[in-house]
Amino acid sequence: MALISLAGIERVFHLGESSVHALARIDLQIEAGEYVAVVGPSGSGKSTLLNLLGLLDQPTSGTYHLEGRDVTTLSPDEQAAVRSRRIGFVFQSFHLVPRLTAAENIALPMMLAGMPASVRERRVQQALRNFGLDSRGHHRPDELSGGQRQRVAIARATIMQPAALLADEPTGNLDRATGDEVIHLLEGLNASGVTLIIVTHDAKLAARARRQITMEDGRVKADSVQAGADNPPQMPVQGGATDE
Amino acid sequence: MNNTQPGTMRRMDVFRFARAAATAYPLRTLLSILAMAIGVASVVLLTALGDGARRYVVAQFSSLGSHLVIVLPGRSATGGFNPANGMTTTPRDLTVDDAAALLRAPAIQRVAPLIVGTSEISANGRVREVVAVGSTASFMPIRNYELAQGKFLPDEDWRGSSPVAVIGTTIQKDIFANQAAVGKLIRLGDRRLRVIGVLKSTGQGMGMNTDELVIVPVGLAQALFDSNNLFRIMIQARGRDQIEAAKTQVTAIIKVRHGGEEDVTVITQDAVLATFDKLLGALTAAVAGIAAISLLVAGVLVMNVMLVAVTQRRAEIGLMKALGARGNTLRQIFLTEAAMLSLAGAVAGYLLGQLGAWGLRWAFPVFPAYAPAWAVVAALATALATGLVFGLLPAQRAARLDPVDALMRH
Ligand SMILES: Nc1ncnc2c1ncn2[C@@H]1O[C@H](COP(=O)(O)OP(=O)(O)O)[C@@H](O)[C@H]1O
Ligand SMILES: [Mg+2]
Repeated sequence: MALISLAGIERVFHLGESSVHALARIDLQIEAGEYVAVVGPSGSGKSTLLNLLGLLDQPTSGTYHLEGRDVTTLSPDEQAAVRSRRIGFVFQSFHLVPRLTAAENIALPMMLAGMPASVRERRVQQALRNFGLDSRGHHRPDELSGGQRQRVAIARATIMQPAALLADEPTGNLDRATGDEVIHLLEGLNASGVTLIIVTHDAKLAARARRQITMEDGRVKADSVQAGADNPPQMPVQGGATDE
Repeated sequence: MNNTQPGTMRRMDVFRFARAAATAYPLRTLLSILAMAIGVASVVLLTALGDGARRYVVAQFSSLGSHLVIVLPGRSATGGFNPANGMTTTPRDLTVDDAAALLRAPAIQRVAPLIVGTSEISANGRVREVVAVGSTASFMPIRNYELAQGKFLPDEDWRGSSPVAVIGTTIQKDIFANQAAVGKLIRLGDRRLRVIGVLKSTGQGMGMNTDELVIVPVGLAQALFDSNNLFRIMIQARGRDQIEAAKTQVTAIIKVRHGGEEDVTVITQDAVLATFDKLLGALTAAVAGIAAISLLVAGVLVMNVMLVAVTQRRAEIGLMKALGARGNTLRQIFLTEAAMLSLAGAVAGYLLGQLGAWGLRWAFPVFPAYAPAWAVVAALATALATGLVFGLLPAQRAARLDPVDALMRH
């Protein structure tokens, strides 16, 4: 059973008289544990697709099965629960809450899920260690470097041990070296089992993924699996925590 | 409390999160707290003023005496139009005989006729103008006067005119300085009188200031002013429940004595008191209502502050949704924040208002400026309710925000 299965997905935006077909008849299967890069020119529908996969947006038509469950018909609260438990988001602009410390930002999904403070504390400490942020837990985002901020964001995205990690241009706001670090981190998480879907317009970065989906005008133009892709270096990193 | 349904944010966390959000924007938070505080403080202070005025007047009226019924010559203008009034020339005077006749009324316990005029007092080599009151022994118990020294007027026949006087403390000081006055002779107009008593100081109150009075037997005052006309008849009814009966009986007796004409006005202390009580109570309520408008204004301000907060924190709201927050969780967070602002403002305003009322009482000790409990409770409840009601719209907006829109456009 595929982790993600899209059938005939369309997303139409209405702007006054005109309508934009951001996604048009998308059929797509992504297996659990895959490493997928979504590429394509600006405006081709990459972000719209990712938002749909993350249940932040609803398709105009078509069906979306996540882990075998039709999630398009779920109520908003049920969709929120799926986002909470099964999906992790990483954004280009990090989206950390400025008044919260790194530790508090990482704990946010657990707090929203109503987990007790003791469990939160344990998992956050583990995550800070795993992501090399040991000494940064009490710092606010404005006291962190770009790379550190994105690491906090990735720690937050994985703290609930999601099935899929959705990253929209995760290196877009970082310099080359820091971007590479972040990519290695994400690849390490993928190696430990998390499905990784990265939207990027960086061809070199996309080439690292085993599977590339090329979008154009809201359609999948190409969907290729590179047999000979480099095996990304394994990193001793695990998502979130080990307890439950 | 802490164990909410699984999968939803805990109450304690909602509270902490909202508090952190409120303190992260101190200026905005202080502004709405201040607005709310001013609203609550003005309700507390203004009702303290209004109710203080009511208490003051009630206390003053009560000090006039108990179960008091007062008869004035002439028909009061507020008594309504009586066609008979149009016929008569001038109302008949009230006389000492009228007052004496009232003693027959079963509902009446005491009667004191009152003649008032100005005269000149001289003794001890000093002279001054005084208001002289002619009355009887009953005057003291009816008005609850107390003596500092000596005795009050003797209980004699009303026609009698013993050459005695009871004086107020100011007169004693002005004429006798530090010497004892009781037993001394004074001259009042063309009469020589012996001082038999000094009234206790009552200070400036409602009615006459007794400190400046000279009280003499009514018969003597009649001769002194060469007049039979009474200024008032003061009556004490037999009890609180006899006041209305006393009023009816007085009216009936005088009417018979005045050839069938109702040419006097009968006031009962209770009626006056009730009128003032009602009037000032209504005034307090009106003032509270006006002050409550400032609470409404504060509520609108809190709403605007929260709307700004929602707009400013769009990205954060979108993020929370992406992280799995339900609409209801966001609603709770923003409502809690609005409630916190209102509550903090209400408490600050309450303290401020009470401090102001205390200041008033300190500056004017005779003025009992205490905010009534109903006003305080109403102000606090209104503050919290307006905060919550006006917090609803922003909270709803936060809950309904489209996460994609909120995350991408910021
Ligand atoms: N909220 C929206 N309202 C209207 N049009 C939108 C909206 N979001 C995206 N679009 C349009 O949909 C198309 C795809 O956008 P997007 O998915 O952001 O592209 P990409 O991420 O590949 O650059 C674009 O033409 C864009 O203008
Ligand atoms: Mg995009």
